Amino acid sequence: MTAAGAGLLACHACGLVHRPAASAHDLACARCGASLHFRKPDSITRSWALLIASYVLIVPANLLPVMETGSLFGSETDTILSGVIFLWTSGSWPLAAIVFIASIAVPFSKLGALTYLLVSVQRRSAWAPRERTRLYRVLELVGRWSMIDIYVAAILTALVQFGGLMSIRAGPGAIAFGAVVVLTMFAAESFDPRLIWDQVEEKHG
Amino acid sequence: MSAPALIACHECDLLQREVPLAPGGTARCTRCGAVLYRNTRDGLDRTLAYALGAAVLFLVANAFPIVGLDAQGNHTSTTLFGTVRALHEDGMTSVAGLVFVTTILMPALNIGALLYMLLPLKLGRVPRGLPAVFRLVDAVRPWGMVEVFMLGTLVALTKLAALASVVPGIALWSFGALMFLVAAAAAAFDSHAFWARVEAAR
Repeated sequence: MTAAGAGLLACHACGLVHRPAASAHDLACARCGASLHFRKPDSITRSWALLIASYVLIVPANLLPVMETGSLFGSETDTILSGVIFLWTSGSWPLAAIVFIASIAVPFSKLGALTYLLVSVQRRSAWAPRERTRLYRVLELVGRWSMIDIYVAAILTALVQFGGLMSIRAGPGAIAFGAVVVLTMFAAESFDPRLIWDQVEEKHG
Repeated sequence: MSAPALIACHECDLLQREVPLAPGGTARCTRCGAVLYRNTRDGLDRTLAYALGAAVLFLVANAFPIVGLDAQGNHTSTTLFGTVRALHEDGMTSVAGLVFVTTILMPALNIGALLYMLLPLKLGRVPRGLPAVFRLVDAVRPWGMVEVFMLGTLVALTKLAALASVVPGIALWSFGALMFLVAAAAAAFDSHAFWARVEAAR
């Protein structure tokens, strides 16, 4: 039995279970004051909107330079991928692996996984709900690690300022990349994993 | 209106009856396996202690340089806020804002809000506006990225090591410790004990 099926709803912030009157709307938690909803409002629409924006921005995030290095010998630019390759060829392959996972593998698989979750909920799938919930849990956990590249660019920009000798600045790709990280975090936050289980209830219940 | 003996899983909405836990125990949803609640030993007091330690480290981590760089007679160093300013001056204001929010503003709000709630509660008083502050902690938590920043700094230092000699600053070590204290404060927070203590203080 789900809480919603029993006419109950739990506060998303403090967990207190409420029994709202049938006609009630704009409810607030009696204990912590958070607004109450049976399911996150417009969960699927909001997730899709944020996800599509991420799909658009992940293109410039990977094609435009995230870092521009100027020195006496001219200037060069680094995209996310060329940054990983630099780490790899300079011998620090554990770091190359970390940056590859955080900046390339995680954002792309996050987009794929969120798309899958949204499509499966919209197609009313009752397949493997436990695994899909676990997938969602992992998504929420790993998204933040993509920020590594932004912080690398921030530190290098602040430190490598030797006038005409050498200087590093963040490139336009960093803006797009930062936006992708933030948008996918919001997209994951908007998705309501309880929708996965509502289909299971419908089929068996 | 409320039924305290019942709990709904926040991930699959299964309605379950709360069971008392042994100290250190964790209750998981029987259907989807999500963590429902924990009984952490002296959870609130430990959260308070970690938050106090985190507040001190946060100040040190922001007051001192994170890293310095020596290259051919030139010396540069930067504080955390220095990275924000450098990005802003380069015209990357949105990236600067992102770094500021995730490494300074959100951790500060998180630590400050925990202290604001737990210090008066420890003395048996309920602080003004407690519900709003509780919701603030809940909203802020995913956006504080101290541990990610730490890893980013290590990657940046490795890149620089080939270029110049890198001098780790006091703030770097403070950041390393801050990362553990923020995580420990979040892990030790026991929301059952928290609301029980709020009720007792009212």
